[in-house]
Amino acid sequence: MADEPFIQLKQVTKRFAGVVANDHIDLAFHRGEIHSILGENGAGKSTLMNLLSGLFRPDEGEILVNGRSIMFKSSREAIKQGIGMVHQHFMLVNRFTVAENIILGQEPATFGLLHMKKAREKVRQISDAYDFNVHPDDRVENLSVGQQQQVEIMKALYRDISFLILDEPTAVLTPSESQALFEIMRTLSKQGVTIIFITHKLKEVMAIASRITVMRKGAVVTTCLPGETDEEELVSVMIGRKPEKREEKKENPSDRIIFEVSNLNVLNDVGISAIKNFSLSVREGEIVGIAGVQGNGQTELVEALTGNRPVQSGGMVLDGDKMPFSNPRRLIENGFGHVPEDRLKHGLVLSFSVADNQVLCSYYKRPYARSGIRNTKAILENSQKLIREYDIRGTTPHTPSGHLSGGNQQKVILSRELNRELKLLIASQPTRGLDVGAVQSVHERLSDLRETGAGVILVSSDLDEIFSLSDRIAVMYQGEVAGEFLKETVTRELVGNLMGGGKTNLTKDHVSSS
Amino acid sequence: MNTSAKKIVYYFISGTLILSVFISYFFNAPVTIAVLSSAIRQSTPLVLGAMCGLIGERAGVINIGIEGQMLFGAFTGFIVSIWTGNLFLAVCAGMVSGLLLGLFLGFMAVSLHVDQIIAGTVINIAAVGVCGYFYPTGLSVSNKLQAMSIPFLSDIPLIGPLFFSNSPITMVTILLVFFLQFMLFRSTWGLRTRASGEHPEAAETLGLNVYTIRYSRLMAGGALAGLAGVFLSLEAVGTFERNMVNGRGFIALAVMIFGRWTPIGSWGAALLFALTSALQTQLQFSDTLHIPHQFTGMLPYLMTVFVIAVFMKRNNPPEALGMPFEKD
Repeated sequence: MADEPFIQLKQVTKRFAGVVANDHIDLAFHRGEIHSILGENGAGKSTLMNLLSGLFRPDEGEILVNGRSIMFKSSREAIKQGIGMVHQHFMLVNRFTVAENIILGQEPATFGLLHMKKAREKVRQISDAYDFNVHPDDRVENLSVGQQQQVEIMKALYRDISFLILDEPTAVLTPSESQALFEIMRTLSKQGVTIIFITHKLKEVMAIASRITVMRKGAVVTTCLPGETDEEELVSVMIGRKPEKREEKKENPSDRIIFEVSNLNVLNDVGISAIKNFSLSVREGEIVGIAGVQGNGQTELVEALTGNRPVQSGGMVLDGDKMPFSNPRRLIENGFGHVPEDRLKHGLVLSFSVADNQVLCSYYKRPYARSGIRNTKAILENSQKLIREYDIRGTTPHTPSGHLSGGNQQKVILSRELNRELKLLIASQPTRGLDVGAVQSVHERLSDLRETGAGVILVSSDLDEIFSLSDRIAVMYQGEVAGEFLKETVTRELVGNLMGGGKTNLTKDHVSSS
Repeated sequence: MNTSAKKIVYYFISGTLILSVFISYFFNAPVTIAVLSSAIRQSTPLVLGAMCGLIGERAGVINIGIEGQMLFGAFTGFIVSIWTGNLFLAVCAGMVSGLLLGLFLGFMAVSLHVDQIIAGTVINIAAVGVCGYFYPTGLSVSNKLQAMSIPFLSDIPLIGPLFFSNSPITMVTILLVFFLQFMLFRSTWGLRTRASGEHPEAAETLGLNVYTIRYSRLMAGGALAGLAGVFLSLEAVGTFERNMVNGRGFIALAVMIFGRWTPIGSWGAALLFALTSALQTQLQFSDTLHIPHQFTGMLPYLMTVFVIAVFMKRNNPPEALGMPFEKD
């Protein structure tokens, strides 16, 4: 590694409409290293990667490849230099086959006629060499997320890439898929491929990186080796201050059951049973974490509980009153809150202002409307108050909510949902894609709500989150509760095992002991 | 309806049609050939228009300006034919005029990110205005493209007179259908077209230029729509009228959707539409069936309603259709 760096950035600066996204970046990447780049959302990681992959051009400074200064005019030229990128949101054509996706842009052809046979063969070679589990003729839309990521990596390998950028590759993977990805990364790095690994997850960084760079506010703060640092130090460098340690929660939840759902049966979009005889109860002041690998019915469960999906059978009781299914407004008015899984699609109306989004649950009621006429002043005042209270940054009440960053969008949703008397909050993947600071603030809000005596159902595929917040943990597997435990009585290993479909005979004992 | 059931329905309909053609040919050959060749002629502008639409839509741009492109092509072809007397030149001019309108559509929809429906509407309105303004009164009749017969092939019974003894644009169109089908699914050109309509960001990250792809596809499509226009003025009628396209550009869009964004599918759909139209004309002249002509006149429209009710729902358009692509 002492030799000349493969790619070097010198004083690279990129501005967008006056905002400095990358501020005089100096960085060197060596052959065969796994170089992890850490930073909060908006720290400039993505901009930097887009500069490297040729999508953007730097305003100042230069990029050296093998010591020669090169100005990329398009991704085609970056690919020619051996630079490939796996984007966080996959760049795959769903309706194309695996082979078609891989060859696109560099098709084997004579006189413009495709040689699909040659393409398939090449794809199969790559797939065999790295033990990938995809067939060249599979349609991408039928593949699992993990397989789709393999296709993305194959796209890079097909182009003989020697520099691979992975943008938050593990955000969508299950723990075992992540392990498989790490294996591939190690293999590639042994072959001399430089890997840039962008992530929020510190454990992964410590596990796999051979060098770590931390970015904050568009600048490189530090570059170090994993042996020289620890997770805590990285966090404080990343957010620029010591993370506040919260007081451990005080009281245990009461015994009074505030919400109960029994024998719930729900179908998924294609009419197959997604939730089978699901029963769960939540006590006052209790956070029930629902753990599970994505796609085991959590989405359907949340939609059914919030009135957004029809139910085959089952019953729901809130605070002693029977609740109707399929009636979101009744549920909202009775004290249900909902932080949806997909905040862009179901959480916010992106083209509406922040202020309007903050009254989506109550716009028709006083003081926000009188006899059907909106009271703009009350709506604005409400918004100003909430923006201050929830520390929503970079916005005015009039800003369209689509212009905010993910963390601030989530704060807008929370401010709306928590701004009324809640008896039950259903939060689905509330911190997905958020940076450390925003995650912390969401977690604080959920804990605060718990103190008020409301119940919380927290659906998350992030085990760390489940374990740090929940009082009780239910594991979902294939639409059923595979186990339910008090947090103190269960290990991460057991929960992880159940999430993957493992069996346990401990279940009954632990449920009864609660 | 799942895909295999849908396939069966498709096969059933086309099988019944082909069978009834043979039966009717057996009983009354001249009338059968007259009806069928009329259907093939009438289908020509529809297929050309549909192919114009599908090249653009496969690349991600909705083109509802086909109507205007056809009208402008018809007008330019007619004027050039009168000025020069050279029909070949006139056909080329008609295609070029369509191509230029395609370029204009590209400028609005691709570079300026104008709403694509509005961009197409602009073309439709502009075409009517420009043609109306420049239409020289007093000019009425131009030469027409004459039907040709391909030796030997045109002597095959039934097939010969239908496909190999017809006017030139009609015969070229049939060739184009198969050519475009091949190009779209077997060539680099087609793969890149479809990629930019399904997931332009993916194409761009692989080093393709989505702007160039969309521009060039819109221009190629525009040339086809221009050819459709030339067919109307120089092959079907021999003159120009301001309302001569008469909604065919919009019917072509329906044809394209029914044909599931494929050239061969669109050809089949256009033939079906044209056949009902030819049949109803024939039925109006028929003495044996005493159906009031108002009812026979309904046939093509009933057909449209039926087809759309049954097939429309699950025909998946390209995923990025209608979405402007922005760089940086």
